[in-house]
Amino acid sequence: MAEEVTGSSPPAKSNGRRRGDGVFRSMTTGSSLVIVVSIGLIGLFLLIQAVPSLNANNINFFTSPEWATGEVGNLRFGIRDLLVVTVLSSLLALAIAMPLAMGIALFLTHYLQPKLARPFAYVIDLLAAVPSIVFGLWGAKVLGPALEPVATFLNENLAWVPLFSDGNVSLSGGGNIFTAGIVLSIMILPIITAVSREVFRQTPVMQIEGALALGATRWEMIRTTVLPFGRSGYIAGSMLGLGRALGETVAVLIILRSATSSSTFSFFDGGYTFASKIASAAPEFSEPLSTGAYIAAGLVLFVFTFAVNALARYVAGRGKAKAS
Amino acid sequence: MTATLTDPNRPAQAPAFQKISPARQFKNYLAMTLMGLAFLVAVVPLVWLLFTVVSNGYSALVNGDWWSKSLKGVLPEQFAGGVYHALYGSIMQALVCALIAVPIGILTAVYLVEYGNNGRFARLTTFMVDILSGVPSIVAALFVFALWVTTFGFETSAFAVSLALVLLMLPVVVRSTEEMLRLVPDELREASYALGVPKWKTIVKIVLPTALSGIVTGVMLATARVMGETAPVLVLVGYSRSINFDIFGGNMASLPLLIYNELLNPEEAGQLRVWGAALTLILLIMFFNLVATVISRFSAIKTK
Amino acid sequence: MKIQRHGAVLGLVAAGALLLSACGSDNNTGTGGNTQASSASNVECGGKAKLKASGSSAQANAMTRFVTAYETACEGQSLDYNSNGSGAGVKEFNGKQTDFGGSDSPLNKDKGEYDAAKTRCDGSDAWNLPAVFGPIAITYNVAGADGLVFDAATLSKIFSGAVTTWNDPAIAALNSGKQLPADKIVVVFRSDESGTTDNFQKYLEAASKGAWTKGSGKAFTGGVGEGAKGNEGTSAAVKGTKGAITYNEWSFAKANKLQIAKIVNSGGGEPVELTTASAGKAIEGAKFKGEGNDLVLDLKSLYATETAGAYPLVLAAYEIVCSKYTDAETGKAVKAFLTVAVTDGQKGLEDAGYSPLPTAFQEKLLTAIKAIA
Repeated sequence: MAEEVTGSSPPAKSNGRRRGDGVFRSMTTGSSLVIVVSIGLIGLFLLIQAVPSLNANNINFFTSPEWATGEVGNLRFGIRDLLVVTVLSSLLALAIAMPLAMGIALFLTHYLQPKLARPFAYVIDLLAAVPSIVFGLWGAKVLGPALEPVATFLNENLAWVPLFSDGNVSLSGGGNIFTAGIVLSIMILPIITAVSREVFRQTPVMQIEGALALGATRWEMIRTTVLPFGRSGYIAGSMLGLGRALGETVAVLIILRSATSSSTFSFFDGGYTFASKIASAAPEFSEPLSTGAYIAAGLVLFVFTFAVNALARYVAGRGKAKAS
Repeated sequence: MTATLTDPNRPAQAPAFQKISPARQFKNYLAMTLMGLAFLVAVVPLVWLLFTVVSNGYSALVNGDWWSKSLKGVLPEQFAGGVYHALYGSIMQALVCALIAVPIGILTAVYLVEYGNNGRFARLTTFMVDILSGVPSIVAALFVFALWVTTFGFETSAFAVSLALVLLMLPVVVRSTEEMLRLVPDELREASYALGVPKWKTIVKIVLPTALSGIVTGVMLATARVMGETAPVLVLVGYSRSINFDIFGGNMASLPLLIYNELLNPEEAGQLRVWGAALTLILLIMFFNLVATVISRFSAIKTK
Repeated sequence: MKIQRHGAVLGLVAAGALLLSACGSDNNTGTGGNTQASSASNVECGGKAKLKASGSSAQANAMTRFVTAYETACEGQSLDYNSNGSGAGVKEFNGKQTDFGGSDSPLNKDKGEYDAAKTRCDGSDAWNLPAVFGPIAITYNVAGADGLVFDAATLSKIFSGAVTTWNDPAIAALNSGKQLPADKIVVVFRSDESGTTDNFQKYLEAASKGAWTKGSGKAFTGGVGEGAKGNEGTSAAVKGTKGAITYNEWSFAKANKLQIAKIVNSGGGEPVELTTASAGKAIEGAKFKGEGNDLVLDLKSLYATETAGAYPLVLAAYEIVCSKYTDAETGKAVKAFLTVAVTDGQKGLEDAGYSPLPTAFQEKLLTAIKAIA
């Protein structure tokens, strides 16, 4: 579809019009350039700050769970646990939020009367109005303790599933990945829903009516027209959500307790995500070498999110090719 | 088939409306129920959270001073003062950020969809927007700190916060705009071209207005996101308990920063201020969403 | 057309913001914020109208009081304190972003902070003035066992994982006659880097007679338990977790109504309860290792105090100032602020969980403050 859009070109015209086009075109190109350059600067800056610390690191950066940057002479930091906690919490969030978001978006666009859909959609958008620090407060003070029985039940009855085995922090209070993942899922739900909703709504009416005229039930109509049409948008929205979950800082920082032993790949672990680790030390960023260690972690998060995005683009692109 | 030959009264075709088989019906209802349930499941935490915030914070808001005074001179255990200073900071920082981010974001999206031709630079830009959306707010804040404060030698200020917020807002604006522009039917563009309208005018007068409801939704969601950001304000501007109108200098409070600072206050009054500020922040962002809904309603009617 | 309409709506929002900016007020005088005001001290007000300082969050609530007192004593003068951590406090002071810094630890010679501060002060020395003392409470959650007694050696064993249950003989020996459950001890520590952790570990190091071998630093090094963010996090964790123990700023322990332990200090003798008086006793006995007006404390003398009835676990927070400010206006204002802080500002500190300065100590500080130019 995109190719068709850019394929159609306006008629060649007089000089005055061409000048207007030229100006507008360079404005848009300039804006793109601003983004490209600023990313380049961020990357450059992160790299410059991280390299000296990585050189001074005394243990393996990728495989060690240890994180000790207090002594500048003996830096020991590795990201294994940060990676595990980040991935576990974000995947849990995505696993909960994706099906929910699809259900809600379809419900709003193809089941509810348009008159009703607007206020209902606003209710979901309200979730996006809640700032992350409030989610953090609520997650740590209200939801965490309330989830404790659920966590205990899962831990006692499903302990043979590695994800539900004993973690490295106590279950009481709920300062674990389980709580954090659920809070994250609530936080990313409105973004995925909003994007999916907009895309699902744009399904060509002809297709919908065609499917219904052929005798399809509403669900069959959705399956054959809305979902194929909206798939790429849905995935793009989910990836926006994943991006937010991966980089979410303050809520996770407030909710997760940290542990002294390393991660056991369980939902009942505590610890830090990349972002919360960086934020936890932000007030003490005064020593360049120790700061560099955190910046190196930020760099990994950066690369990591990018890899996820690239994968999503590939999937979305394939889906598009199939649909057309 | 054979029966039709022997029975001349039978219609030539089977009736068009046949009963839907129970299995299909069941699936249909199941899908509907699940979708309705999904909505309900999402409402539970929302109501719960809002209840927590409102029940803990509303008593702070009903005090008249809350909206018009700062916390200057208020002791930690005192139930007095207000969040005017933080409210101003939050709004100002977000507005300045939007002023910078929205034009750049929309123009970039226009470039990607209308001019980029999927060429090398367009693909590079898409790639960069992807990376930008993965930048955690704390890293964006550190970057601005290094650029604005360490390299250029400016003071930490509200403007520095806005700059960091721009980095967070841009990818959301670009992506949602891009997605919406791609959904604008080609026929509209072609019709405009056929009338001899130049490309840039087609974009400004036809394509953007058609996609406007989606773009505004994206912009408002992005604004909602940046207003609640805590990491940049932690790094880039100091907290002040009094009012500061100058976005280029001095400490300036904002609602997240006020929450973060009052968390350090163990007194009951501090807790009240924490939840009160949280409620205020939610109301503020809700207001922006409401404006978005109203705007998108205007344009939605016009396009269809 | 449409775009104009959107412009109008945006304009409305902007106008709303501007309108908002017209009706705000900093004036909270009617609310009783200044009731404690009195002009007991003869302060020479004046100088820079708006001072900027930043640093340790441990002294944030004390600072709020100091600022209120300052604004009352010196009309029109004000100060913004940004509690962004000790590291930032020193860094921003040395970077001339603030007029003075707040820190849980004095400037570090080995890290070159002294030299950097001297450069910042254009060649004059920088002084460390310990103006805020905050006792650290050992808080725990064991039903039916109020007022448990610990000494530094036992605490070392608990916080390094050598003692893991509440009925361990090491604890029982100090708490004869108390019902101790066989529950596991859940050690809770500060997961963020903090001066509270640093001082707690320094105390264990100084007073445990070798039982604490994990070293000190702003990050917890004990190797057991689970971390929670900030004082609010640790106090909430202890409140919600049976068998938990942690170290808190006193104010949070009081506000959350946590069980607070008594401590046997290095002199042996009776267990000391945490009160303003017992903490003050320890502060009075502290020795200095800085020269002249640079009042760097010898923390060993504080933590390993042998004075009967002295509560040893007290965090000292410093204000880091220039002995001479190049900008005389700034110097004058800093001087006025600190004078108010150590005199009028001390009122009500106790309620906020701090320990007011003992008189002898206050005089020493005033001498140093007077010498600032």
